[in-house]
Amino acid sequence: MNEPKNNASIISMFHIHKSFGSYNALIDITLDILKNDFLFITGPSGAGKSTLLKLLYLAEKVSDGVILVDGMNLSRITRSKIPFLRRKFGIIFQDYKLIQNRTVFDNISLVLESAGKSRKFIEKKVAGVLKIVKMERKQHVFPPSLSGGEQQRVAVARAIAGEPGIILADEPTGSLDSESASMIMDLLRRFHYHGSTVIVATHDKELIYKTGGRIVHLDHGRMVSPGQA
Amino acid sequence: MAEWYRRDRLSGAVMFLMKRVFQDILKNGYLSIITVITISLSIFIVSAVALFFLNINDVMNSWKKGLKIMVYLKHDVTGTQLPEIKRHLVRFYGIKSARFIPKEEALLFIKDSLPKKLSILEDLKENPLPDAFEIVMLPSYSSWKTIEHLAEKIKAMASVDEVEYGRQWFGRFRNIFNLFKLAGYAVGGLFFVAGVFIVANTIRLLLYSRRDEVEIMRLVGAKDNFIKIPFYIEGVVQGIAGGIIGLFILFITFVFISANIAEGFSPSYFSIRFLPFKIISVIVLCSMFVGWLGSFLSLKQFFKT
Repeated sequence: MNEPKNNASIISMFHIHKSFGSYNALIDITLDILKNDFLFITGPSGAGKSTLLKLLYLAEKVSDGVILVDGMNLSRITRSKIPFLRRKFGIIFQDYKLIQNRTVFDNISLVLESAGKSRKFIEKKVAGVLKIVKMERKQHVFPPSLSGGEQQRVAVARAIAGEPGIILADEPTGSLDSESASMIMDLLRRFHYHGSTVIVATHDKELIYKTGGRIVHLDHGRMVSPGQA
Repeated sequence: MAEWYRRDRLSGAVMFLMKRVFQDILKNGYLSIITVITISLSIFIVSAVALFFLNINDVMNSWKKGLKIMVYLKHDVTGTQLPEIKRHLVRFYGIKSARFIPKEEALLFIKDSLPKKLSILEDLKENPLPDAFEIVMLPSYSSWKTIEHLAEKIKAMASVDEVEYGRQWFGRFRNIFNLFKLAGYAVGGLFFVAGVFIVANTIRLLLYSRRDEVEIMRLVGAKDNFIKIPFYIEGVVQGIAGGIIGLFILFITFVFISANIAEGFSPSYFSIRFLPFKIISVIVLCSMFVGWLGSFLSLKQFFKT
């Protein structure tokens, strides 16, 4: 099978299929995501947006096709290399996925600790990212005491702490009020401005038109139309 | 990379690990206490068995050291033959001394040792007892096999009628001791397996209660070992704690029991002792291993799924 070759692409997908039993979640997706792209993956619920993101950080494996992430072929990646792949991404989940019995500081430092960074570096870095998301006063607080918007800001801080090249956001504003949602999108735009590739899966059309960027529309697992907002 | 930076990274990682381990132990206090209690009980039982065998072995050794072989001579042996028989006997390897006991002395001994004067002994017209030699073994030659071998050789002598060395009761005692020893190994093995299963299940429960956390750690790029190592340390810490507590309970029990035993027995007969440092170290290492193995088994299964 020929693999796509594009030096400007940070992610290349070539005829991707993903099925769960007899259900086809993604059908024949071919897509190039360029460095410093701001890409929206949109479509109704069940269109395959989250599945597409999961394939990128290997939470799910493709049934068929090839995915290249920064030159790594995900079909051939060994188990021991998966953590290194995941460190290329900063992932923001709709349900935040914060460890409830660890403080805000510990949740963020986890990324850096697992990458083997020094204590001094971690302390400095965590303080820095908390300042960016305006959560510096809550570093010793546990997630259950935070509002949804605050928890999502902590999740954003965790996603950027490791200075990843790619930020994946799966419905990042899905459960937030409009003020918190616009703050999160401002943060994402800021990272994009500083050189990160940002991929956002959302069904919120208003958010897309407000933010602007490239759009990939999925419907029943098929890519319907690439476009520009 | 500068040395100080490497040291900082290493000490930071170790600090982080230890912090996580002790945080986890405290957070899961109930499970941790159950695990430590179970390990300590297992260690207590296994160590008590070991202590029992150690002391029984000491008793047997002390008996063997004082073991005497009685060599009964044939009735037709004359007094002129005795020096030659004695010379022959002491030439055997392992014999410390050989004392001649004339049959008159033996009869006198029996009479004196009986609580009441028995008329049957008074009415004896002839002394039915044989002349004998009492042989004392050298301590280094007092193994069961040596005694048996020596007894056979002595019995083969023309002037010897019978050789007696408490074979029956000592043999029976030895058989019972070996049976107990076997049961002790079985109990030890059983508690080892039980300990491993309990630690494995505790760690498994811990993993399931924290599966979201493990999942998040994996998603943010933590390597499996980064996630596993604290659980390993947790298992080892629980193993060591269980081992030390089990041995401590045993020691307290030992002090209490030995005080009572000391009242009933003369210390010159035998003295009981606690497990030596070497065995204590082995037991603590074993309990550490139990903790580690329990963690290893549950982590292996958990990460497979």
